[in-house]
Amino acid sequence: MSTAITRDYTPGFYEGDRPKLVTSRFEYEDSYTLERYLSTGGYDGLKKALEMGPEAMSGEVKASTLLGRGGAGFPAGVKWGFTPQGVWPRYLVVNGDESEPGTYKDRLLMERDPHQLIEGCLIACYAAGLSQCFLYVRGEMAVAHERLADALNDGYEAGYIGKNIMGTDFSVDVILHWGAGAYVVGEETALIESLEGERGMPRLKPPYFPAAIGLYGQPTIVNNVETLANLPFIAANGSAAFTAIGTETSPGTRMVAISGHVKRPGVYEIVNGTTTFRDIIYGNEFCQGIRDDNDLKAFVPGGGSAPWFVSDQLDIPFEGREASAAGSMLGSGAVMVMDSTTDIPEAALTLTRFYAHESCGKCVPCREGGTWLLRILERICSGHGTDADLDQILEVGQSICPGEMPHAASERIGLDATPFPYKMTTICFVGPSAYAPLHSALTLFRDEFEAKVVPAPKRISIPVAVAGS
Amino acid sequence: MSTEESSVTEPVVADGDVSGDVVLDDADSAATEPEPDPDVVMVTLNGREVAARTGELVIAAAERHDTYIPHFCYHPRMKSVGMCRQCLVEVDTGRGMQLQPSCMITVSPEMKIDTESPTAKRAQEGMIELLLANHPLDCPVCDKGGECPLQDQAFSHGPGESRYIEEKRHYEKPIPISDLVLLDRERCILCDRCTRFADEVAGDKLIQFTQRGNQTQVMTFHDEPFASYFSGNTVQICPVGALTAEPYRFKARPWDLAAEESTCTSCSVGCRVVVQSSRDEILRYQGVDSDPVNHGWLCDRGRFDFEAVNSDLRLDDPMVKTDAGLTVTSWNAALTAAQQLISDALGAGGAEAIGILGGARGTNEDAFAWAQLADALGVTYRDAQVGDGLPASILGLDRATIDEAASASTIVLLGPDLKEELPVLYLRLREAATNGGSTLVEFSTVDTGLTQYAAHSIRYQPGLQADAVSDNAELLAGDGSVVVVAGRSNLAESPDETMAALAAVLAANPNAKMLPALRRGNVVGALSVGMAPADPDHDGLATLRAAADGKIDLLVLVGADPLNDCPDVQLARRALAGARRIISIDTHPSESTKHADVVLAAAAYGEKRGTTTNIEGRVSTLVDKVTTTGTARPDWMIAAELSLMLDLEGGLAQVTSVEEVTSAIAAQVPGFSGVTLEALATDRNGVLAEVVPALLAPVTRRAGQRNSYDHRLVVSRKLYDRAVGTAMSHSIAKLAPGAGAHLHPLDVDALGANSGSDVQLIGERATAILPVVANSAVPRGIVWAPFNQGGAVEDLIDGNAAVIDLKIEVL
Repeated sequence: MSTAITRDYTPGFYEGDRPKLVTSRFEYEDSYTLERYLSTGGYDGLKKALEMGPEAMSGEVKASTLLGRGGAGFPAGVKWGFTPQGVWPRYLVVNGDESEPGTYKDRLLMERDPHQLIEGCLIACYAAGLSQCFLYVRGEMAVAHERLADALNDGYEAGYIGKNIMGTDFSVDVILHWGAGAYVVGEETALIESLEGERGMPRLKPPYFPAAIGLYGQPTIVNNVETLANLPFIAANGSAAFTAIGTETSPGTRMVAISGHVKRPGVYEIVNGTTTFRDIIYGNEFCQGIRDDNDLKAFVPGGGSAPWFVSDQLDIPFEGREASAAGSMLGSGAVMVMDSTTDIPEAALTLTRFYAHESCGKCVPCREGGTWLLRILERICSGHGTDADLDQILEVGQSICPGEMPHAASERIGLDATPFPYKMTTICFVGPSAYAPLHSALTLFRDEFEAKVVPAPKRISIPVAVAGS
Repeated sequence: MSTEESSVTEPVVADGDVSGDVVLDDADSAATEPEPDPDVVMVTLNGREVAARTGELVIAAAERHDTYIPHFCYHPRMKSVGMCRQCLVEVDTGRGMQLQPSCMITVSPEMKIDTESPTAKRAQEGMIELLLANHPLDCPVCDKGGECPLQDQAFSHGPGESRYIEEKRHYEKPIPISDLVLLDRERCILCDRCTRFADEVAGDKLIQFTQRGNQTQVMTFHDEPFASYFSGNTVQICPVGALTAEPYRFKARPWDLAAEESTCTSCSVGCRVVVQSSRDEILRYQGVDSDPVNHGWLCDRGRFDFEAVNSDLRLDDPMVKTDAGLTVTSWNAALTAAQQLISDALGAGGAEAIGILGGARGTNEDAFAWAQLADALGVTYRDAQVGDGLPASILGLDRATIDEAASASTIVLLGPDLKEELPVLYLRLREAATNGGSTLVEFSTVDTGLTQYAAHSIRYQPGLQADAVSDNAELLAGDGSVVVVAGRSNLAESPDETMAALAAVLAANPNAKMLPALRRGNVVGALSVGMAPADPDHDGLATLRAAADGKIDLLVLVGADPLNDCPDVQLARRALAGARRIISIDTHPSESTKHADVVLAAAAYGEKRGTTTNIEGRVSTLVDKVTTTGTARPDWMIAAELSLMLDLEGGLAQVTSVEEVTSAIAAQVPGFSGVTLEALATDRNGVLAEVVPALLAPVTRRAGQRNSYDHRLVVSRKLYDRAVGTAMSHSIAKLAPGAGAHLHPLDVDALGANSGSDVQLIGERATAILPVVANSAVPRGIVWAPFNQGGAVEDLIDGNAAVIDLKIEVL
């Protein structure tokens, strides 16, 4: 008897009656082919951009206030402006190393519409004056890699990529690079290190952006896949058409990946800034509610590293500033929903284990602190924890994120929100990521942790250095 | 806080890093200056206004103003990586106080720095606690205990206790990562110092981080040991006991060590070191950061060849040849015998019948005393080199310092492979090429350590170096400063060829300065203070020829071992056989001491005080950290005794201390007038002697083009060979690569040979059989063989020949 695995691993995508800026072709079976792309307005944006010239194109992007979709939400047009003029070569690096837990939106954009991403890259290179483009795709995304490779071959053949694009004197090469499987490489400077063939470890800051000194020491723009995928729309339809959607501070649409205990997990392109979490989780055109109609216990609003929200925050719109004020962040745009059956310490353990495992090992607080937190949490979850361990988690956390930690408000325990962001002692966000979700879990659901531990007879410590002894 | 480590490995002179004379420690003077100095940035450090330098890191500025910020990964001679996060302090650049790693931010005007705020202290204590979480805390059995930055800073900046009650990380411990260095991964705190050093400073990227996160570890590549000539530095800069060096492991506790600063004499770079001893035995050298010279680094040969001083094979007592062979005797009897030999030689053939070779292995005082003795006797056959260097006249050229060479816009390399012969000079020039913007122009017969950093690496056939220089004169003619590093690149080629190439460089650019790349520890000093021959007819090779011809009644070898040092080994053999009598003054028995009639046991490095002169003419001090082995005496003392016994003219007979000799050098030797005891005591980096200008003697070039059936021979040194200092140090003796004939792989194929099989090298003078090694660093048509590796290649070398052409036959 055959025991072939028949499960479909392709993430669900659900469209609705909403504006489609980056998912307009997802409905077609052959959305990834050049024929389909060209027949649905493909490379029109690039043509428009080439007609209007680089300054005008770059002005359009600035006017569109297109925010980076990778996690930090920095305006793309402003980022481009950081590159020093007159230094050659200058590079565009596309961050397709999407590995934040719960996030799989870029994967869909690469798998289902690779030409849209490539066109975005070309527009960015043209507008920001970049001479070469590197597409860094996460190692685990084999289909995305294959489709991008095919798309690049077709694009080169059709004259959309390479020398004298569409007959103009604009030339750009696009190089596809496959990652080797490290979460930290999603951090832009670590991605550059990895691209150069070095160990994927974040670079020193300052410089805070690789715009001045990036890949091979040259000016480099690192943009997220979704950010670039928006450019063909902006180029073809103008910034006004883009800013007409969404809010003033967060225009356009956003790809949101929802997972966890909902009825219809998947990726949705939502209108930026106005759609609330309640819409996303309970809305009929979105997730249609919690599985088995259970109660909502908590949800992660923006990727595994974000502090958690509870039902008190359901009516907050999916918008960066609002989420910050409420004590978390939108990050990579991944929502993970936990229903009332969830064991909160176990859920926190899953996330902490991931971040401790993905630490690159560079900064001490992340390398040692992350694993320390993991060890404590493992003990708590296996029934060997004490109440002193709960305070110890907060103490170790202080060494990673000194000062006040952001967390959401909770009416249930009478807690007010502490707004985002946190302070950190590490170079990049991997270190705090091991702690931030755990901290909010422990803050919002301390009772569940306490239920798993026993009172400590006394505080345990080992003298390592006693002055004067 | 001051630890042993910070005083040893970090700069002695901090103001060398930055150009410009800036008044730094006095805030008042900065305030009274009429115009603000653009190089000074005023910042507030813990509430007090201090002057920092533009571009200075906060951690460096704070330390200069006596505010120690704890750190592990930061090292002033390497790029900051911000790995350990220990140096977090609060910094306000106008946006409010923020925790920042002070090794990664530079000072800016009006910056407020608080290194001791509660937030900063909490962060620093937190880092110590995290670093100690997986650290084994095996301080009582750890070599680093007592001089360990982690231990020290756990006391000074740590919380005093660990709340980490989980299982610690476990690894097999320790694992050897090279023949000299062992790694204990449990102690390692992953500061990236060793790996950064190997990559950034040494250029031997042989250790790297593997794994990730909590399992990150330092590791070599598969089947590729950390075989770097500079591996010992990683042990010294390791802030914990993770890296230990074989020669010092479990030998002593740091608090039992007595230490004194000295200068390394393993080669002529003159690196400053700390000599550390316990129970009257030298146990370790540590590099000292001397800004003009070694920046704290040492090569492994210099670091570990102290084992030769402690060797059981040392000459303890003087010996005199009797019917029973060399027999131990008293100093009185030995010196009387030596005196008798000198008197006899004078009586038989006059001063022309005496030859004195050596001095390059000793101190300035040793060489000066023997030169004085030679002068008083009227001896003209004298030289500190035995055909293995260049004519002493190059020391009369406009000399560059190492700093000038390392900051020159063009560095011309005529000399040997600096990585093999003067390793720390290699580090300095490598840094100049990789970071400092110097252009390296190399003229070499084979690939060298610096080839990969050279903008132009020009290959020539032995004998045609000067033509190669003339053909590329435009590379040397630029407006910027040009420094030529000149030494003996090929021991199987007449030094005249190098001198012609040097003359060609000076013809192409008369403003070029020269840095001599002569290797032996104090060769420049010995030549400068009087052990240079008056003319080429009385130099080292001429002395050996005269001895071989039976014209020398007495040959005095002052630490010279012609059978190992002289490339023309056949001549050396004939000379030692032809000299009627031989006095050998040496530290260890050698091939040459076996031929001696009187052997005088000499004090070795670390056993005698004095001064030494490096290639740039920098005179620095040596210490007598331990008492001499047996009854051995310093060379200068032997010369003084003999002078007294021979009743000679001059002040030498009245000398009673080495300081008197040092003062006599300052008083009598041209160029050394500034090298006074006071000056030496004031500046730890030593005092530069002045150059006494001299003209290069014209040379005749005799080499022609190579016959296409022949291969031309190149013989040059490797760092490790059979020289006494290496051979008597068991840790590094085993690292000598061994003899071999290296040929281009295509030449090996053309001969029908296989790598490892024996080939016969047929020269005019002799035939040598050596295993062939396919080596793509060697161009076609050249046989390259390492010198003094126990093979027979030295037999092929003829000191009279311009070049050596060989036929090769497969056996």
